[in-house]
Formats: sequence, C-alpha cells, structure tokens
Amino acid sequence: MRSGVIAKKVGMTRLFMEDGRQVPVTVLQLDNLQVVAQRTVEKDGYTAVQIGAGAAKTRRITKAMRGHFALAGVTPKRKLSEFRVSQENLIGVGEEITADHYLAGQYVDVSGTSIGKGFAGGMKRHNFRGLRASHGVSISHRSHGSTGQCQDPGKVFKGKKMAGHMGAVRVTTQNLQVVRTDADRGLIMVRGAVPGSRGGWVTVRDAVKKPFPENAPVPAALKSAMVAEKVPGDAADAPEGGADE
Amino acid sequence: MDLIAQLEAEQIAALGRDIPDFKAGDTIRVGYKVTEGARSRVQNYEGVCISRKHGEGIAASFTVRKISFGEGVERVFPLYSGNIESITVVRRGRVRRAKLYYLRARRGKSARIAEDTRYKPRSARAEGSKT
Repeated sequence: MRSGVIAKKVGMTRLFMEDGRQVPVTVLQLDNLQVVAQRTVEKDGYTAVQIGAGAAKTRRITKAMRGHFALAGVTPKRKLSEFRVSQENLIGVGEEITADHYLAGQYVDVSGTSIGKGFAGGMKRHNFRGLRASHGVSISHRSHGSTGQCQDPGKVFKGKKMAGHMGAVRVTTQNLQVVRTDADRGLIMVRGAVPGSRGGWVTVRDAVKKPFPENAPVPAALKSAMVAEKVPGDAADAPEGGADE
Repeated sequence: MDLIAQLEAEQIAALGRDIPDFKAGDTIRVGYKVTEGARSRVQNYEGVCISRKHGEGIAASFTVRKISFGEGVERVFPLYSGNIESITVVRRGRVRRAKLYYLRARRGKSARIAEDTRYKPRSARAEGSKT
C-alpha cells in the first residue's frame, strides 16, 4: 500500500480524444505537496505518512503546529492528511510528491466533503416518490408519507429515512479513471465527478477494488527523484569542471 | 484567466480546428466521420443552423436542422468534436433571433430564411468598427 495525495478540486472540463470521444474530467491540482511526518510501528504502532498541502500564513497557525512544521522543516501547510502505507513505502519527511504519482489509465478512489444541501426533504434526500398530484392529496405532494405501522410496534423504527440534513459529509467515489496527468503544473485529470465544491480539498488514493498498476512509482513519485533523474546528465559534466578547478 | 479556462484554451489551440464564422440562420454542411466496423467515411449533413450554444469554449455546440424525407431532423454537434471533418457555410441567412426554434413549428414557405446579402466576414467587421 502506497501513499495517496491531497489535491484541490479545480473544476470540471472535457477532453477530446484522438478517436473522437469526449471525456468529462475533473481537474485536481497538487499544491505544494510535502511529507510532514511519519508514523512508525516503534513509535505509533502503525505505519503512515502525514502529508500537507497548500500554504498557510504563519501568523494564522497555532504555536504548536508551527513547531510541528518547523520540526519537519517544511513551510506551514493549509491541509494535513494521513495515509496508511506499508513499511517499505514510507517516504522521508520533507519529500515532495508530484502528479506522476498516478499513471494515465489507472483507477483511483477520491474522497472529499460533499456540497451541503441544508435541511432537505425525503424526495431530495432519499429519492422518495412523494405523494400524488391529484386524487385528494392536498398540500403534502412532496411529503414522505407513512413512517411505520400502528399501535404495535407503536414507534418509528430507528434509522427510518426521513427529511433532515443532507450533504457536507465525507464521501468517497471509487474507481475513477485517471485520464491524464501533468507533472509540471501538478494536475491530475480523473474521469467523472468527484465529491465537493470547486476549491475544496480531496484525497486521492489507489483504487482498492482494482489491481494495483504494475509500473506505478513506488513508494511515490518524488520531486527529488525527478530532479536526480534530470541531473545525472549535468552532473556527469559538472564534476569534471570541478576537478579542473 | 483561471486554470480551467487556460486548459480549455490550450486544448482548443492543440486541436487546431478551422471553424468558419457562422451563426444561427446560416445553411451549413458538416462533414462528419462515421465509423462502420473497421471502415470510416465522411458523411455530409446539410441543413440550417438553428442554434449555437456555449460560445467559443470547448463545450460549444451547434444544432443543424433539415427536412429529411418530409420529416424534420435535428443534430447537435460539439463544435470541437474530432469527428467533424469540415464545416462549410453554404448560404448566409438573415434572421432576428439567436435561436430559431420557431422553425420547428413551421413547414414549407413559412420556414424559409431570407439570404443575408450584406454579410461581411468577421475580420472586415472588426476593421470597420476600428475606423
């Protein structure tokens, strides 16, 4: 199990593919994503990485959190989230994760806080049918109707679907396909909708109900690795220059 | 420009489509790629454009209406669809509506659209407004 990422929902658009298909995609942006802390078996009894995203103003964060970020040597983050990982997939503190973390074509689960709908009736909240438009129905066309039986049992059963607060809860959408990634701008485009409003934070993880893609970067696609990959060409020249001096 | 608008603008540039200047009321011919099994060919669909939607963005679309064997047929095409081979303007129409849905209720003589003889290309119009 490898780490997931925190992303910001930018919005939705469509992509036209080579074969003429149109794909509706949600654009997710990785913003300043860094590992802030590690959870280890010795210390915490489980292994996980704490990841931070976004940028927070220093004067707006508590002293305790300031210390936490200082310990990790990272800039203060807006959003923190923990991802359970297996022992070998732990990532060093301060490492930056890039959008290459996901491959085009692989499946992911995306979690976020759904848009709040306030106090909603049974029709909107549970897809109830409501009452008839005519045949003696008055005023209560959108009501839920009966909520139970008679004197026996003499109560409404617990968990009865009724009107109430809807939305603004954590929702996970499973098996969304990654259509495209853009590491330079930190963009992940997934097919279909993800929970939450534009500008909201979501977490993206490898789909639990699909096989793990073989060539996905493990433990993660890191910026340091990307830089190291690019550097060897330059590095091979540089030491010679250094030796001459 | 926000990120979504930027991505859409990039995609439109990457698609590199040559879209003629047309509006509702114009008669246009759309060459649409049809795939039958392994073979694909271009099918021409000619009719009156009765609506254009969603501006110049990536989600833009237009509706073409024609009378086929006595039956009105409407097709909605995404403006930037990869399946559109070509769009040619056959005739410029002079209309006073952006959406010509009223044509649906009309047949024959009353469904005619007068030709716009004073049509100027968009570039010329832009220059005209400057001077």
